[in-house]
Amino acid sequence: MDRSAEAHLGWPTWLRALWAHSFFYSRVWKGSVTTSFLFPALYLTAMGVGLGSLVDQHAHLVGGVRYLEFLAPGLLAGTILQVSVGESTYPVLGRIKWVRTYWAMLATPLSATDILIGHLGWAVIRGAMVSSMFLVVMALFGCVHSALCLLVVPLAGLGALAAAGPTTAFAATTKSENGFALLYRFGVIPLFLFSATFFPLEQLPAVLRVLAQFTPLVHLVLLMRSCTLGEFSPVQNVFDLLYLLALSVLGWHLAKRAFYRRLVV
Amino acid sequence: MSTSQEEPLIVAKGLEKRFGAFTAVNGIDFSIARGESFGFLGPNGAGKTSTMRMVACMSPFTGGSLKVLGLDPLTEGPTIRARLGLVPQEDTLDEELSVLDNLLIYGRYFDLPKKEIRARAERLLDFAQLTERRDDKVEPLSGGMKRRLTIARSLISNPEVLILDEPTTGLDPQARHLLWDRLYRLKSEGVTLIITTHYMDEAEQLCDRLVVMDGGRIVAEGSPRRLIEEHSTREVVELRFAIDTQQEHATRVADLATRTEVLPDRVLLYVDDGDAAVAAVHSRGLQLESALVRRSSLEDVFLHLTGRTLVD
Repeated sequence: MDRSAEAHLGWPTWLRALWAHSFFYSRVWKGSVTTSFLFPALYLTAMGVGLGSLVDQHAHLVGGVRYLEFLAPGLLAGTILQVSVGESTYPVLGRIKWVRTYWAMLATPLSATDILIGHLGWAVIRGAMVSSMFLVVMALFGCVHSALCLLVVPLAGLGALAAAGPTTAFAATTKSENGFALLYRFGVIPLFLFSATFFPLEQLPAVLRVLAQFTPLVHLVLLMRSCTLGEFSPVQNVFDLLYLLALSVLGWHLAKRAFYRRLVV
Repeated sequence: MSTSQEEPLIVAKGLEKRFGAFTAVNGIDFSIARGESFGFLGPNGAGKTSTMRMVACMSPFTGGSLKVLGLDPLTEGPTIRARLGLVPQEDTLDEELSVLDNLLIYGRYFDLPKKEIRARAERLLDFAQLTERRDDKVEPLSGGMKRRLTIARSLISNPEVLILDEPTTGLDPQARHLLWDRLYRLKSEGVTLIITTHYMDEAEQLCDRLVVMDGGRIVAEGSPRRLIEEHSTREVVELRFAIDTQQEHATRVADLATRTEVLPDRVLLYVDDGDAAVAAVHSRGLQLESALVRRSSLEDVFLHLTGRTLVD
């Protein structure tokens, strides 16, 4: 065997880490695809069509939109949050602590930063994939009216990044998985329920309405709803965008610090 | 290769690793030559794994100096790691993927062309006797198979140096011998091997030269044979006396040996001529239950240097 050093410069190291995620996904994608289609279809049927017909008879949403069309972008944003948090909790701690594949990667030319870029980059791609499939289901339910709807795909990528960054930082800091259950119970689920996903923010008492502007999921929901309904409010939309960008940058820095503290010792 | 034969591949001077107030490696010096098979021997907690991780450029050192392949690990880690192979103490395989996929994915980390990775993977599966399991998931494989796959994976980049951290811990004798055989073959192909172990037979089998570590320091260095010559005698006599009389008998035979050691169930005499010592013991009319003469081993050196107290 030739044992000389292989020094050719081809793919950047971070891209190799990102590629590894796509390779892994190519081996296990079947399970996730069915749920990606099934979940939105079931929810939109039960809550959008079933519950929605009841809502539409008794309440009148702004602009006369059907409840189904109000709900769909909210559900999509909530799904992005759940998928992104899901893939940044147990899998991240597992690759550090149980299957330990991050350690295998660190013995190659890859650095902790490369691994992090690979992970967060993959979260963005997953966000885009999940939202694309969700969009197909929405089209089947007649909720897609204009090309502006396609904007939810890059927005989902941004939302996924904003969720994955801080979650990854938490997962790479925590010693045991016990904290993840708390994160779901007191983080993900309340956000999913109260972030203008199922009802307009205007339904909340004034104090909570202001408070909601400080929580993350609201901004993704409002942005996506603007795109799917074609109703934009510049001040709110710009604030939403800046919020998600700021959270992404903060998450990146926290996660990077956590990775170096845990993996480069 | 630009590195000349004379220049050592790895040189450490006063190498140190601190974790906060705890010092894992406390100023050690060693150098490893190309093609050599070098061992780090020591009890648990001696600092072997910390040393390995520094040499593998995964863990930044906190004091002293270290050059690997003539380069500085703190600034040229990725370049160095591209030329190293690491077999860590605990398996780090992707258990949800197949045996072959584990090799494919790892090869891509080194940016090898996919075609080349496939060709090498087939050769390595054969080398590791895993060809029949190539499409099986890793999770249900036996410990020995996983270790062999880990070694195969570490070889996908054709490394110049292979670092093995306790490669056979937890394996049955058959699996250990198979692994040793594979490591011999790599050595004969010119791969530099760096091995940590607390198995004396493994060190005697595999290492040209080794250091004994204890408490973060190197306490002895040399070939297995030289270490035995320096730190032990040619032979050891194991004498068993009646229960609870080992200590009193030991004082009566101490003059026969260079060194004696009293264990709960027997007395060890470190001597050059074991048979002569046994004859002398008999001639003193002592009540012996049994006497065994054996050659000194690395284990005697190890226990002499690092003590018999349990570390953890």
